[in-house]
Amino acid sequence: MTLDLILPWTAVLPELALAFAAMVLLLVGAFGGDKSTNSVNIGAVFSLLVVAAIVWVLQNGMGVEGKLITPGGFHTASSFTSFMKLMILAAAALCLLIAPGYLVRKDISRPEYPVLVLFSVVGMMLMVSASNFLMLYVGLELQSLALYVLAAFRRDATRSSEAGLKYFVLGALASGLLLYGISLVYGFTGTLDFVRIAGVLTINEAHMGVTVGLAFILAALAFKVSAAPFHMWTPDVYEGAPTTVTAFFSVVPKLAAMGLLMNVLLVPFKPLAGDWELLVAGMAALSMIVGALGAIGQTNIKRLLAYSSIGHVGFALMALASNSPAGIEAVLLYLAFYVVMSIGAFSVVLLMRRDGRMLEEITDLAGISRLHPGMAAAMAVLMFSMAGIPPMVGFFTKLYVFVAALQADLLWLAVVGAIASVVGAYYYIRIIKVMYFDEPVAGFEQPPEPCLSTTLVATSMITLAGVVLLGPLSLLAKLATAGLLAP
Amino acid sequence: MSTWPLLSLLTFLPLIGALLMLFIRGTPEEVSRNCRNVALLFTGITFLLSLKVLFLFNQSAGGFQFNEYISIIPELFSYHLGVDAISLSLVVLTTFLMPIAIIASRHVTLRVREYLISFLLLETMMIGTFCALNTMLFYAFFEGVLIPMYVIIGIWGGQRRVYASFKFFLYTLLGSILMLLALIFMYLKTGTTDMTVLLQMAGTSSIFGLDVQKWLWLAFFASFAVKLPMWPVHTWLPDAHVEAPTAGSIILAGVLLKMGGYGLIRFSLPLLPEASQYFAPLVWTLSLVAIVYTSLVALVQEDMKKLIAYSSVAHMGFVTLALFSFNTYGLQAAMFQMISHGVVSGALFFCVGILYDRMHTRQIASYGGVVNVMPRFAVLFLFMTLASVGMPGTSGFVGEFLTFVGLFKATACASGTMNDQYVAMFSWAPTVAVIAATALVLGAAYMLWLYRKVMYGEIANADVAKLPDIDKGELLALLAMAAVVLWLGVHADALLDFLRSNLDYYNTLITDRSLCQVMTPPVMQP
Repeated sequence: MTLDLILPWTAVLPELALAFAAMVLLLVGAFGGDKSTNSVNIGAVFSLLVVAAIVWVLQNGMGVEGKLITPGGFHTASSFTSFMKLMILAAAALCLLIAPGYLVRKDISRPEYPVLVLFSVVGMMLMVSASNFLMLYVGLELQSLALYVLAAFRRDATRSSEAGLKYFVLGALASGLLLYGISLVYGFTGTLDFVRIAGVLTINEAHMGVTVGLAFILAALAFKVSAAPFHMWTPDVYEGAPTTVTAFFSVVPKLAAMGLLMNVLLVPFKPLAGDWELLVAGMAALSMIVGALGAIGQTNIKRLLAYSSIGHVGFALMALASNSPAGIEAVLLYLAFYVVMSIGAFSVVLLMRRDGRMLEEITDLAGISRLHPGMAAAMAVLMFSMAGIPPMVGFFTKLYVFVAALQADLLWLAVVGAIASVVGAYYYIRIIKVMYFDEPVAGFEQPPEPCLSTTLVATSMITLAGVVLLGPLSLLAKLATAGLLAP
Repeated sequence: MSTWPLLSLLTFLPLIGALLMLFIRGTPEEVSRNCRNVALLFTGITFLLSLKVLFLFNQSAGGFQFNEYISIIPELFSYHLGVDAISLSLVVLTTFLMPIAIIASRHVTLRVREYLISFLLLETMMIGTFCALNTMLFYAFFEGVLIPMYVIIGIWGGQRRVYASFKFFLYTLLGSILMLLALIFMYLKTGTTDMTVLLQMAGTSSIFGLDVQKWLWLAFFASFAVKLPMWPVHTWLPDAHVEAPTAGSIILAGVLLKMGGYGLIRFSLPLLPEASQYFAPLVWTLSLVAIVYTSLVALVQEDMKKLIAYSSVAHMGFVTLALFSFNTYGLQAAMFQMISHGVVSGALFFCVGILYDRMHTRQIASYGGVVNVMPRFAVLFLFMTLASVGMPGTSGFVGEFLTFVGLFKATACASGTMNDQYVAMFSWAPTVAVIAATALVLGAAYMLWLYRKVMYGEIANADVAKLPDIDKGELLALLAMAAVVLWLGVHADALLDFLRSNLDYYNTLITDRSLCQVMTPPVMQP
C-alpha cells in the first residue's frame, strides 16, 4: 500500500532527498551559528555525493531508454536528466570544496552559503527534469532566488551588493519574459505539458502566437545561460560577486540552463525546429563574437573569464543549433569539460593572494612561472585548452562541435566559430604571456590550501589527458542523447 | 624487435626525457648541466632510434610501415602511426637536427630547464606530425607544435619577442583552423579519418567533385601556405626568426617549414588532384613572386638572421614550384630541396648564432674580417653559404637542378593528349623556369655579399679581434651537417632511390589521374 503510494514519486526522489538535506543543514546552521560552518559545508558536499549516488542507482534501475514520470507528468527522469544531474552535483560539490578558504579570508564564512548552494541545486535538478512549464518555472525561480542571495553574499561590500541587485533586477525581467512566453504558449496550445504541446504542434500548424511565445522563452533562457545578446549582466556580476560564487555561477547554473534549453527545444518545441534553429544559430554566432572581442580589453581576470564563458556558451549553442543527435552529444561533452576547465581556472584565481588580499588583475600573475612553476603550468594547460589547442581536451570538444555543425550544413556558423577561436586564442595566450614572458613581481602566499591545489592539479590533469576519457564519456553522452530524444 | 612500437617510442622518447627533467634537483648550475646532458642524451637516442627504423624500413615495399593502431574515438579519432619513405626521411631530418639544436643552445643561461623541456616537447610534436596517419591525430600534432614554439620565441627571444610570438601563434592558428574544417568535411563525406583509407579511395577515383575540391584545397592551402611560408603570408617568418633563439631558428627553418610542404604532398596533391591542377597557376605565380621578391628583399637586409629568413622563403618557393609541376622529377625535387634546405638553413642559422653568441649583435655592419680570428668557422660557414647558393657538389645544387628538370619535363608532357587549359599552362613552364633561375643569381649575390661583409675585409673593431674560434662541440655539429650536405650532393641517388617507390606511387595518384581523367571523358561510376 505505502509502496504503491511512494513508487510513482521515485522520479523526484533525488530532489526530495537534497531538499531534505538542505533543510536539516539549515537547522544545524541556525542553531550552531557561524561555528558550524565547516561541518555544514562538509555535510553539504556529503549530501551532494549521496544524491549523486541515488541518481546513479535510479538510472541503473530504469535503464537507458527507460523513463520515470511522476503522476501528472510534471517531472521526468531519464538518462538525459541523470547525465545532467550528475554533472550538476559533481560541479556543485567541487565548488563547495574550493570555497572555504576564500570565505574565511573575506569574513563571510557562514553556514548559509552551502545551504543556499544546495537549494539552488535542488532548483536546477527540477529545471532539468521538468516536463511541464509550471514545474520549469518553479525550478528556475528556486535556483534564481538562491543565486541572487549568493551574488550579494558579501553584503557589506558595495560591489557584491551591486552585483546581487543587478542580477536580481535583470533576472526578474528574464523571469517576466519567460512567464509571458509560457502564457502565450499556453493560450495557443491549451496545455503546459511538454509532450502534449509537442503533440498539438505536430498536428496543427503552429499559430503565430506560439512562435512569439517561443521567442520570449528563448530570450529568457538565453539570459540564464548568458548568451549574447542577453549577456550584459555577466561581466558585472562575475566581477562583483565573491570569487567562489563566480566560480559557481560560471559552471553550475549554466549546466542547468543548457539542460533546460535542450529539454525545452527538443521536446515541446521539436515541431518548431525550423523556427528556433536559426535563432539559436544567431545567438551562437553573436555569443562567440562577443566572447572573443569583449575579452580582449579586460584587465580583471574575473571579467575576462566572464567573456570567456560567453564564448564557450556560444560554442555549445552552435552544437545545439545543429539539432541532431551528434549535436546534443557535442553539447554534453563540451559542457562536461567546460566545467572541468572553468573550475580549474577559478582555482587559480582563488590561489591569487598576497599580503592577506585577494588579487584579481591579470597583471598580478606576472612571472609566476618562476615562483610557482606548477601553478603556472596548470593554468597554461587550462588556457591552451580553453583556446582549443591540441592535444588538450578543449580541442577535442570543439572538434565534436564543429563536426556536428558541418554535419548540419551550418558551414557559416562553423567559420564564425573558427575565426572566433583564433581571436579568442589571443587573450588566452596573453595570460600565458603574462605568466611566462613577464618579469615576476611577487609571489603568492604559501602554502596553498590542500583542497584548492588538489582541485587545480586534478582539473589540469584531466584537461591535459582528457582525450583518453573521451571514448567512454562520449558513449555516456550518446546514451543521454538517446534518453532525451526517446518519445 | 619488430614487435616493439618503434614509432611510438620514437615520438614519445623526447617527452619522457622532458618529464625526467622535472625531477632533477640541485643547485641551479647542477640543474642546468644535468638538464643539458639529459636533453642531449634523449635527442641522441632518438636520432639513433630513427636510424634503426631507417634500416628496418623495407624500401621495396610501398605503402606505410611500422603501423600502430589504437582506436580512441570510434571513426573520428584514432592513434594511427606509420611511415613511408616521405615521412621517414623528414623524421630522420628532425631527429638529426635536434641534438644539433641542443648543442647550439649552450649559451642559453636563462631558465635552462624550461628551455630544454620546450624543445623536447617540440620534437615529440614534430615527429608525431610526420608519423600520424589519422587526419585528426595529424592535426593535433601539427597544431600542438604551436605551444612549445610560442613559449620558445616568447621567453628566449630577442627584443620584440612578445610581438613575434603572438604573430607566429595567431597567424598559424588562423591558417590551420580552416584546415580543420576541411578535414572534418572530408570525414563527413567519406566516413573515415584514416589516411591510408583516404589514399586508397583517391587511388581508385576522385573522392570529391571539382567544386568541392576547390574549397577544400583552399582551406588546406591556407594552413600549409602559412606554415611553408608562401608569399604573401610569409611575414610572420622574418619576425619569428629574428626574435627566436638560435636553436629555435634552426628548428623553425629546418623542420617546421617542412610541415607545410609535407602537408601539400600528403593531403592537397593526392586527395585533391583536380583542384591542385586548377590552382597550379596560382601556386606558380605565388612561388615566383616569393622567389624573386624575397630574394630582392634579402639583398637589402642589414640583419643576418633576417637575410637568411628571407632566403628561406625563396628556397621554399622552389619547393612549391617543383611540387606543382606534376611529375616524378618535381616531387623528387621538392623532397630533396626540403631535406637539403633543412640541413643547410639550419647550419646557416647555427653559424649566425655562433657569431651572435659571441658578439650579441646580428647587424652585418658590426662585423668584418672575422676570417682572421675564426678560420675554422670561416671554412664551414663558406661551405654552407655555397650550399645555399647551390654550388654543384652540394645538396643545394641537386634540389634546384631537379626543380628545373621537373619544370621542363612538365613542358614535355604538355604536348600529346592534354586538354587546352593545361597545355596552355604548361607551355609557360620554361618561362617560369627562367624567371626562377634569376633567383639563383640573386641568391648568390646576397649570400656571397653577406659572407664578404662579415668574414672578409679589415677586422672591423676591437670586439671582432677578440672573437674566439668555434669549440669542439660546435665544430662537431657543423661538420656533421657539412658531411650530410656533401654526401647528398655527390651521392644524391641514395636519397632519391629511397624515395623513388613512394614518389612513383604518389605520381600516379597526382598526375595520371588528374591529367588523364580531366582530358578523357570522366568515367561514370555505376
